[in-house]
Amino acid sequence: MGAPGLIGRSIERKEDYRFLTGQGQYTDDVSLPNQSYAVFVRSPHAHARLRAVKTSDAARSPGVLGIITGKDMAAVGGLPCGWLITSLDGTPMKEPKHPVLAEDKVRYAGEAIALVVADSLQQAREAAALVEVDYDVLPAVADTATATQAGTAVHEQAADNVCFTWGCGDKSATDAAFARAAHVTTMEYVNNRLIPNAIEPRAANAVHHRADDSYTLYVANQNPHVERLLMTAFVLGLPEHKVRVVAPDVGGGFGSKIFLYAEETALVWASKRIDRPIKWTAERSESFLADAHGRDHVTRAELALDKDGKFLGLRVHTTANLGAYLSTFGSCVPTILYGTLLAGQYATPAIYCEVKGVFSNTAPVDAYRGAGRPEATYLVERMVEMAARELRIDPAELRRRNFIRSFPYTTPVGLTYDTGDYEATLARALQLADVDGFAARRAASARKGLLRGIGYSCYLEACGLAPSNVAGALGARAGLFEAGEVRVHPTGKVTVFTGSHSHGQGHETTFSQVVAEKLGIGFDDVDIVHGDTAKVLFGMGTYGSRSLAVGGTAIVKAVDKIIAKGKKIAAHLLEASDADIEFSGGEFRVAGTDRKKTFAEIALTAYVPHNFPLDKLEPGLNENAFYDPTNFTYPAGTHICEVEVDPSTGQVRVDRFTACDDFGNVVNPMIVEGQVQGGVAQGLGQALLEACRYDAEGQLLSGSYMDYAMPRADDLPNVKVETLAGTPCTHNPLGVKGCGEAGAIGSPPAVMNAITDALAPLGVRDVPMPASPYAVWTAIRAAARH
Amino acid sequence: MTQKLQLQVNGREVSAEVGETTLLSTFLREQLRLTGTHIGCDTAQCGACTVHLNGRAIKSCNVLALQVAGGQVTTIEGITPAEDGALHPMQEAFRSCHGLQCGYCTPGMVMSALDLVAHHPHATEAEIRAGLEGNFCRCTGYQNIVKAVAQGAKAMGM
Repeated sequence: MGAPGLIGRSIERKEDYRFLTGQGQYTDDVSLPNQSYAVFVRSPHAHARLRAVKTSDAARSPGVLGIITGKDMAAVGGLPCGWLITSLDGTPMKEPKHPVLAEDKVRYAGEAIALVVADSLQQAREAAALVEVDYDVLPAVADTATATQAGTAVHEQAADNVCFTWGCGDKSATDAAFARAAHVTTMEYVNNRLIPNAIEPRAANAVHHRADDSYTLYVANQNPHVERLLMTAFVLGLPEHKVRVVAPDVGGGFGSKIFLYAEETALVWASKRIDRPIKWTAERSESFLADAHGRDHVTRAELALDKDGKFLGLRVHTTANLGAYLSTFGSCVPTILYGTLLAGQYATPAIYCEVKGVFSNTAPVDAYRGAGRPEATYLVERMVEMAARELRIDPAELRRRNFIRSFPYTTPVGLTYDTGDYEATLARALQLADVDGFAARRAASARKGLLRGIGYSCYLEACGLAPSNVAGALGARAGLFEAGEVRVHPTGKVTVFTGSHSHGQGHETTFSQVVAEKLGIGFDDVDIVHGDTAKVLFGMGTYGSRSLAVGGTAIVKAVDKIIAKGKKIAAHLLEASDADIEFSGGEFRVAGTDRKKTFAEIALTAYVPHNFPLDKLEPGLNENAFYDPTNFTYPAGTHICEVEVDPSTGQVRVDRFTACDDFGNVVNPMIVEGQVQGGVAQGLGQALLEACRYDAEGQLLSGSYMDYAMPRADDLPNVKVETLAGTPCTHNPLGVKGCGEAGAIGSPPAVMNAITDALAPLGVRDVPMPASPYAVWTAIRAAARH
Repeated sequence: MTQKLQLQVNGREVSAEVGETTLLSTFLREQLRLTGTHIGCDTAQCGACTVHLNGRAIKSCNVLALQVAGGQVTTIEGITPAEDGALHPMQEAFRSCHGLQCGYCTPGMVMSALDLVAHHPHATEAEIRAGLEGNFCRCTGYQNIVKAVAQGAKAMGM
């Protein structure tokens, strides 16, 4: 009956049956009795003063139940930012109010101005078109690089549009390193702005229950407890226990559904006033305009090397676009999750990084798969590759000369890596990618008139967010632990409640594997419950590749408590001392004897405590645990990309892509491989296809799938993925590190290194992302002119 | 304004009053409560709403409900009859190949895959990739979906 060996097996997913048969329940699938529907009136202008918002005609439109404007909601708080960043001069970041509905001004195209609620969606749409807004259009600032000199301020509190100027590392030590450098590699580049584009658009359905003055919010969200805490405590002033947030099946998040958004907040507020359940589902056009975007950095970086190619110092100046308002984690992504990652896999002794966070008349920018770490990895890995090319050192060899090789290792930017083996992932990736055969393949391409290039990326990320005290010292306004509860039923079946949230990651499968193996029960005897504040005790949610490392550990701790209590019950039944009871394979046994009780027998005894040590022990078998990690986890690996470029058209074809990763221990290799494939696909999207573009007036030019190039099936190669046995994380009991973001973090520089390798013979030094045919062709032409 | 609509959905006769501007996707989801058909965009680009009309895959967000009067519509719910609940070989292949993650694009992807293999039973990998061009997936990178379609075709005896 036990289930040894569940951990580490590619078990098919529990959640797939409902998804494959159309039985998934996503937020828009939830329809409540007496349902009403909402449409938001959004600003067509990027920057304008609101002279008047006239709703009288709209209010008379058929079926309209209510119209809410910023004036109605002016008394409630702004949407909060969860991370306080302090500038180098000691001042706190500028934190202008982020109103739920625009008050005196709109600051990006797509900002919500009014909420229109009607009996039907069609009626709400028709009424929304009748809301008259009188705009006094103002000059807009959209460009990241020039935002500080735009001459127009997004917020009065920040005349130069600077929210913060943050730094990390040792400036003078880094300057000294450059003073003695034999070689300096310099690069200026843009990390392109992206739109996350989960295929399920954001959606919410809010209902107020008059019976007890409580609310239920269904919302496509990655962390329902955080959503509730932020909404009740910081914005609406509602009692936290009177709001139930349910994040049912969620169709992808990639970060974009972490945040507390205006729409669901307005819905909750309006649901009591309108006294009907209100549903809103974003149209894709709204998602493009009003979901938080990702990346958008402009960077100048310098790498100092000695004559042997050893890195001496790295100096970085980045301007990061925050958008019009600070989103939930908007301030921490380009700082804490970026600057601290700049050591990568290398023993660079001195690093200094300065980041200017700027406001602009664009949608808020926040975490998107990798969140800061792809930006850091892109910088480090492009710089290393460029230095190798300039110094005519083999790029793998240059990396090897600089790898960190002993652990724990404390970087100059504040992280302590517990373990790793960067040589192992590099060496194996070189084999898997058949780098030895590259020269022959390059020659074969050349015979076809094509340029072949190869590029490496040795990435490292900090995951498992996060030790709460460390995060707090860095400005976090929340804890970053996770909670879990293991409920053993009288028959020995188990329900597990987790604060993690699955929106594609397969937690229902992975967590079941862990619990079933630990308890020695069947995989199907365990169910995982997540995404409902009324069921789950608490949770910080899923992002930052934290679910297994932090959420899984909380569950393991609760399982340990179950086993510990089970031993006491078994000791009583078997008339032995607690210390003599061993638990394995689902059986409690008196050590060295054949006297035993099964897990199910102990469960039954706990709930039918006729023969039970009631004087010493409570009946029942239900335990919860909170786990706060002692360190981040550090997944790492090597990606190798090989491309063919047609110099006459600039067309890039990814011929092969290899990912060799060290995620520590792996619970379900099939799921891990899928996460890497999916992450790499998003990284290839960033490198080759995806560009969020605003014009100078702040109009979104890439506002539909016809303008924003998301990878389709025929745009992508197969990705060869191998996960090494690796170096298990030293500070969580499962030895796991996290795998969700790695693909998106590691892959973009591998692609761009391959493209620039292919184009090096033409004198091309750099190509911007996305490396569209036009961008590549332009780079080739520019090099030819020099 | 509404009009009377008669059609077959998943093998059953359906008769309903339908708005003249109601999309087939809206009709299926809101009036018939067949919520397995998903909406992922507003420009007929994502394919999450793919269903079969008279045996061919169509994007149900791009057709008025009244346009399909008298037709035979099959949605993802019709692929797995509730009577025995056993997965269709194509669905089984998606599961065993890990061809889905969040599940949102999955019904449309399966409906497209079924159409693809019905018309191209021996499709190569490149042909499968080209054939799925109308369906976005943001989670998987498509690799396991492509594998699943080939495996599903084989399991269907193609």
